[in-house]
Amino acid sequence: METLWFVLVAFMLTAYVVLDGFDLGTGAVHFLVGKTQKERALALRAIGPVWDGNEVWLLAAGGALYFAFPTLYASSFSGFYLPLTMVLWLLMLRALGVELRGHVDNSMWRSMWDVVFSGASVLLAIFFGAALGNVVRGVPLRSDGYFFVPLWTDWMPGPSPGVLDWYTVLTGVVALVVLGTHGANFVALKTEGDVNTRARRVGLYGASAIVVLTVVSLAATLYVRPGILANFSARPWGIVLPGLVAVALAAMLWSRTVRVDDLTAFLGSAGFIVAMLGGAAFALYPTLLPSSTDPALSLTIHNVAAAPYGLGVGIVWWTIGFVLAVGYFTYLYRSFRGKVTLEGEGY
Amino acid sequence: MDDALLVHRLQFAFTITYHYLFPQLTMGLAPLIVIFKSLYLWKGDERYNIAARFWAKIFGISFLFGVITGIPMEFQFGTNWAAFSKYAGGVIGQTLAMEGMFAFFLESAFLGLFLYGEKRLGKVGHWLAATMVFVGSWLSGYFIIATNAWMQYPVGYTVQADGSVTLNSFWALLLNPWAIYQYMHNMGGALVTGSFAVAALGAYYVLSRDQVEYGKLFLRMGVTAALIASCLQAFPTGDWQAKMVAEHQPVTLAAMEGLFETREGAPMVLIGQPNVAEQRLDNPIEVPGVLSFLTYKRWNAQVKGLNEFPRDQWPDNIALLYYSYHIMVGLGTMFIAVTFAGVFLMWRRRLFDARWLLWIFMLAFPFPFIANTAGWMTAELGRQPWLVYGLMRTADGASPMVSAGNGMFTLLGFAGMYTLLSMLFLFLMWREIEHGPAFLSGQTHHDDEESIQPS
Ligand code: HDD
Ligand code: HEM
Ligand code: HEM
Repeated sequence: METLWFVLVAFMLTAYVVLDGFDLGTGAVHFLVGKTQKERALALRAIGPVWDGNEVWLLAAGGALYFAFPTLYASSFSGFYLPLTMVLWLLMLRALGVELRGHVDNSMWRSMWDVVFSGASVLLAIFFGAALGNVVRGVPLRSDGYFFVPLWTDWMPGPSPGVLDWYTVLTGVVALVVLGTHGANFVALKTEGDVNTRARRVGLYGASAIVVLTVVSLAATLYVRPGILANFSARPWGIVLPGLVAVALAAMLWSRTVRVDDLTAFLGSAGFIVAMLGGAAFALYPTLLPSSTDPALSLTIHNVAAAPYGLGVGIVWWTIGFVLAVGYFTYLYRSFRGKVTLEGEGY
Repeated sequence: MDDALLVHRLQFAFTITYHYLFPQLTMGLAPLIVIFKSLYLWKGDERYNIAARFWAKIFGISFLFGVITGIPMEFQFGTNWAAFSKYAGGVIGQTLAMEGMFAFFLESAFLGLFLYGEKRLGKVGHWLAATMVFVGSWLSGYFIIATNAWMQYPVGYTVQADGSVTLNSFWALLLNPWAIYQYMHNMGGALVTGSFAVAALGAYYVLSRDQVEYGKLFLRMGVTAALIASCLQAFPTGDWQAKMVAEHQPVTLAAMEGLFETREGAPMVLIGQPNVAEQRLDNPIEVPGVLSFLTYKRWNAQVKGLNEFPRDQWPDNIALLYYSYHIMVGLGTMFIAVTFAGVFLMWRRRLFDARWLLWIFMLAFPFPFIANTAGWMTAELGRQPWLVYGLMRTADGASPMVSAGNGMFTLLGFAGMYTLLSMLFLFLMWREIEHGPAFLSGQTHHDDEESIQPS
């Protein structure tokens, strides 16, 4: 039962990163793909009707985490107090940027929200990457299950690290590049003309950078957490995940050079995210939050899960809710399918 | 109370009070928009559709602010109330997670369709989208109320070996009687806010002789809905709430009423200042016997005063609790009076000429927000010193590792952020009101609602 909820929570977080990832990525490459205000409006229009629904995956994943592993939620949210609160502020600014830009017909107003939207998206991508880095690296858990990390200490991933050290900064940069590429692929898929051309170019540079960064970050991870591959030798079928990473990378590069195809590129970056996060979850299992001091203090699915009755009831309503949600999303994306243009008013 | 605890409480109280300013408006407007849309389908009069479109704009902006300020609420259970989450997460996590799965997905998906898909969906489809947004927002209200109701009146749990609680009955949690009464009263409160907003804007348009046609439409709808909602607030829902409190939190009731001594034939206090140090009310103006009657349906029934309870069970801010409750009830009484006058004049066909009453309606729109806030202050202050009534004290619920300094940093950050939000919200609202519904009717020819065109 705990394992099932581990998988479900990991699945929902991954869904969040894939879906809201292209919103954040669109923000990150906003000024690269859109040189004029009109072109930037186009990029915003691509995500306009869907970003809010995408963001709900974060809330739903948070809710599931809270309900299935309350002790983990308590410990990690209070331990990462400062960065999480900043993430909240950035999410607010991002939302304002998307929604308010089109409300007033004034070029200073638009420029201001363009900057807010793009800046908040860049920082959010970096924060989310750093968050994953923190979970992989581990935190100084106390015996009562709590911890508190300051924003930075000596920038080293030692026994008393900060939220930011060289390793988590690296994972933050990786996340920025990956989500930026994902966003560019999405914009390319939804637009035509100059914006499309630029987005394709960003997608190609991004994909090339990802190849390098994947190797670098893998090496860094092995250095910071030497035991991370243990699960792969214990359960060899896990190899499909790195395999998928390779396939996704190949798809991204191929569809940007040999045979230009926006859909394949987008699926490639989505697949890359799924495979990377899936790989991280696979490697961590059954640990949810490793301790950077004594491994016995790590929070695992066994010492933080809610009681079986609640988890069992949850499966029932979660399944119903999930089927409904997939239904709404299918309908939503179908209704707004196709390329966006600048006709009419709006975003 | 140590510093860190104080900061956590201030931050939570500030952020939730601020958050709830927006959902009460959206939850109140949603059913009214559905009514406008239904009237349009039924009578085919384009003005109803334009009215719906106009209020959808207001709804959209408020919804955005509701979402923006709602996300911090969910996070704060973990960031600021870690000990509480660890203790009770196994129970209240259920309703919080269900809110995400059942309500937020529904709302956010259909809101996009509702705001940007009128052409694409057709008349009936668009009506359906509006209805789904309404259902989503009211569902979200239920799940969050069920969460809060469990903290007021815990049910369906067992205490585990490590001291934390775990769920033993899903249906007991979901159908908690406290939640059902609280929900009806709270949603009525939201409807009061929504209908007063519609009436206030109608009054503004009629008084300023601008867009008078829509002004009258809004007034008719707003005043009627406001009368119904205001009456329901006092009776039966407010009455039910009071009975629940009397039965399960008698010390809260005593503090709300400023009743320091147990009395038979207890009076209802209209005015008076609680003097906690001397344990009496200063300058009271009372109506004898009414409190006993309202609570127990007997004029001379005995109502327990604060003196019956040990000091460490008293709510820790009796004065504020007392005023909050009296502000809510006082405003509720005035709402009934004003809306009754409005409906009466409407029936006599004199409402639109009664400028004095229109002025009152126009200026009355902030008061439902105040009443709702006061109501929540009553509920939350009345629960003190408990975080989960009878089980966990507020002092034991805060995050053990977050220092007062870090808490102060984020509290100030939220204060700054929300100041900015307030200015933006008022600015955007003012623009929409200036444009008004007539602006939207002009735009139908320009494909306004179709912002995203397929190629
Ligand atoms: C427009 C808003 C509004 C109005 C006019 C009223 N209320 Fe109210 N009241 C609320 C909005 C509200 C609320 C915000 O919705 C609360 C807070 C928590 C809740 O469930 O509802 C609430 C709570 C609340 C409580 C519970 C306090 C607790 O849980 O400790 C009681 C006993 C009443 N109300 C009673 C009344 C009575 C007798 C009213 C007579 C006119 C009244 N309310 C008008
Ligand atoms: C919108 C309506 C609400 C308002 C205006 C409100 C208001 C408040 C206020 C003023 C406090 C501070 C009380 C004090 O410190 O003395 C408080 C505390 C709290 N409320 Fe609410 N509340 C609302 C809804 C909720 C809901 C729905 C929940 C739970 C799901 C909740 C959970 C809490 C918690 C955990 C605290 C912190 C502990 C405490 O200080 O009592 N509140 N709220
Ligand atoms: C501590 C308590 C609360 C938490 C954790 C909370 C959480 C949230 C979150 C995360 C959202 C954004 C949802 C989205 O993205 O669509 C939201 C919006 C909303 N909340 Fe709250 N909320 C709280 C209190 C309340 C209360 C007391 C009510 C009303 C009874 C309420 C009603 C709503 C509604 C209707 C929305 C939809 C947005 C809107 O209509 O403005 N919330 N809330």
